[in-house]
Amino acid sequence: MSESAQSELALTPSQTVGPYLSLGLTWPTGHLVVPEDAPGAITITGVVRDGTGAVVPDGMVETWQADAEGRFDHADDPRGASGSGFHGFGRASTDAEGRYRIVTVKPGALGDGQAPHIDVSVFARGLLDRVVSRIYFPDEVEANATDPLLSGLPPERAATLVAERVGPAELRWDVRLRGEGETVFLAV
Amino acid sequence: MTPSKPATIHQPSSAEIAGYLRPPPGTHPPLDSPPYKSTGLRAPSQAPVVLRHRLTEITGPLLTGEIGPNDHDLTRQHAAPPIGERIIVSGRVLDSDGRGIPDTLVEVWQANACGRYAHSVDTYDAPLDPNFSGGGRVVTDSAGNYSFTTIKPGPYPWGNHHNAWRPSHIHFSVFGRSFTQRLVTQMYFPGDPLFPYDPIFNSVPDEKARQRMISSFDMENSVSDWALAYRFDIVLRGREQTPFEEPHE
Ligand SMILES: [Fe+3]
Repeated sequence: MSESAQSELALTPSQTVGPYLSLGLTWPTGHLVVPEDAPGAITITGVVRDGTGAVVPDGMVETWQADAEGRFDHADDPRGASGSGFHGFGRASTDAEGRYRIVTVKPGALGDGQAPHIDVSVFARGLLDRVVSRIYFPDEVEANATDPLLSGLPPERAATLVAERVGPAELRWDVRLRGEGETVFLAV
Repeated sequence: MTPSKPATIHQPSSAEIAGYLRPPPGTHPPLDSPPYKSTGLRAPSQAPVVLRHRLTEITGPLLTGEIGPNDHDLTRQHAAPPIGERIIVSGRVLDSDGRGIPDTLVEVWQANACGRYAHSVDTYDAPLDPNFSGGGRVVTDSAGNYSFTTIKPGPYPWGNHHNAWRPSHIHFSVFGRSFTQRLVTQMYFPGDPLFPYDPIFNSVPDEKARQRMISSFDMENSVSDWALAYRFDIVLRGREQTPFEEPHE
């Protein structure tokens, strides 16, 4: 290896996205992890709220997840890249009502004892770094009960990570940045 | 890539997965940072729960984006060139082990030369430039290098406190190759007199870490009769060393 192993480079700090993030971070199809009409497509919607319960109209929600079989098309997965071409990434700005909307498929179990989940980043003016959370699924009662993260939280806090079913193919997962019912955020 | 993978299908336990190094204290701003007033209503009140890095965290979106022909040149996105100092901004996206991160998406956005954003929410009474939108995207090359052309953004006032002005900056968004490496930051320009007064710049506790957000003037990459240049490297977290990564050493 020619790279010098001894000298560790110091990290670049995080800064807020500010109020004008849509100038740089908008993709017309960013919210489509899969096409709307893909087999097994589900919609996840929710509202992002601040410490007073007011909606956050200038935020952005990003999602990252395994495919329906619990695989990642990524070489760093020690099980090997799936080769499926599944992107696994969603990005949606919040609208004037603080609402985001992502179209995706339910991820499969990874086979490592974790319940099916989606990793989430929330960005906004007033957040100097992203906040990270997870979406779990309401129809996975058994798996959720033994999930290492969920099972280590008090039940009322764990509940902030489990989406609510609001339609045959629609889930709702709200984000409360601060205050009553504050979402559980994760240090990754 | 590590070539020596187990031949059999292997379900790695969490203990076998090399996670990413946690950022040293002082590197990233605390979310609750009172001088930046908007943090008061938006920063979580509870400490984050530390999540062990498992498969979802050590992987991440490998995006090259939908890149348009002029996405790397913010001075060529309209009929005529924008007003302002034309500059070339280049650098490398690296991890803390010094390895360049190839083929990764870098997104940027910024105000125009007068400090005005082409955004409906920006009400600063400075002229909009019909020839400047202020958004760009590039993908790093095989060594992690990126480069784009733009104009130097102006400083702008904001409502945080009396006579509050942001130092000139370009917003940057990078992915790296894992969920843990995702970073949004701002690139500043050397010698800006507004640094001591800006609560966003100063939200980073460590003085040396703050300096790493300041680009350096880059005479070598300046182009005669065309543009001055600035250099800005972005360093993302590196990987922990584990037995899984070094099976037979
Ligand atoms: Fe800005």
